Amino acid sequence: MNKEEALFEYILRIGDNSLIMGHRMSEWCGHGPILEQDIALINISLDHIGQARNWLSLACEVEGKGRTEDDLAYHRDVYDFRNFLMVEQPNGHWGETLTRGFLFDTWNYYFTKELTKSGNEKIADIATKSLKEISYHKNFSCDWMIRLGDGTEESHTKMQDALNRFWMYSGELFKMDDVDNMMLAEGIGVDLSLVKKQWDETINVTLKESTLTRPEDGWMQKGGKTGVHTEHLGYILAEMQFLPRAYPDAKW
Amino acid sequence: MSTLNTNISFIKNILSEVTDPEIPVLTIEDLGVLRNVEWIGGKLVVTITPTYSGCPAMGMIEKEIYKILEKEGYDNVLVKTVLAPAWTTDWLSEEGKQKLEKYGIAPPAETTADKKILLGKSPVVRCPQCKSTNTEMKSQFGSTACKSLYQCKDCKEPFDYFKCI
Repeated sequence: MNKEEALFEYILRIGDNSLIMGHRMSEWCGHGPILEQDIALINISLDHIGQARNWLSLACEVEGKGRTEDDLAYHRDVYDFRNFLMVEQPNGHWGETLTRGFLFDTWNYYFTKELTKSGNEKIADIATKSLKEISYHKNFSCDWMIRLGDGTEESHTKMQDALNRFWMYSGELFKMDDVDNMMLAEGIGVDLSLVKKQWDETINVTLKESTLTRPEDGWMQKGGKTGVHTEHLGYILAEMQFLPRAYPDAKW
Repeated sequence: MSTLNTNISFIKNILSEVTDPEIPVLTIEDLGVLRNVEWIGGKLVVTITPTYSGCPAMGMIEKEIYKILEKEGYDNVLVKTVLAPAWTTDWLSEEGKQKLEKYGIAPPAETTADKKILLGKSPVVRCPQCKSTNTEMKSQFGSTACKSLYQCKDCKEPFDYFKCI
């Protein structure tokens, strides 16, 4: 893989995380427990999708083959997606969605913060813009961990179960592979070990205040970065891509 | 055939008709969304920047700019969208903030220099109806991504707060 291909891959991963996370959050539209929280999740979803548009458009520019953000979002199959396995997991109940948000948003915040220092100006620009919105996501998710973790006996149990459920998807967030190492060497990408340190700190502080127990690190699921996904992504794409695939000449 | 007025102030005045589709009392200049108007070669280049990454109003704003300029006879126009420098509520004009409050939306209470906003501390927000500062945040996210939902504990009215970002 040459540097241009690696750059394309690197940006695609970020864009796909935003796109799939945005899609998962949008599934809450109309189903939130109360109106204000329904609106909160879909606002967060919109942030993610807006960021996905920026990242995927940049990926197309880097690729230079004339593909557009829509081509990438709606006309790729599962094995061409590069998002983390965590973001494609089903939403579950409110507590599960917020727990997944807690783990991912905290990662996203520290990752994007490092990315603002990227030697690639366009990447740094998108990261700088995205970071402002991601700060709100992280605060929102952390607040809910505390509210539900240090809540009733029932909410506490549900949150601990949720944390235990998602923990095995957290390892993938910090694994540097060839693409990551190449981009880091170029001064473009992020050193994930720096992200891990900051993530650990926030996770530990928040879990303590939530009275929740940090799960032990066991087997960690991975594969998203190389297009090896869980079955859930297939169902997501079937819904998300249905319209443009069924009606190729449809226009807004 | 009339000759076009190429004066930038004149053109900016025309563009003051372009308002935020969600908050029609604010022009794109009030918002700081309009970044630049300049002539490059014979082309009129209007540079705008989105407030939030996913702001759905940007497409509408772009169309409005083309429409309004075309109506005034400017047909060689390019609307350019830039992401940097990143939009911030610090760019909201004082006039814009007053318009917001009159419209019933509380303007950003602090500047981004007060980093406590981005660290999650709630700002002290004044109720646009009764002006009391005895208000509380109900949700970090309101009717749009750029706003939070607040309620006044004195007059009991709920209201939107334009988030500091």
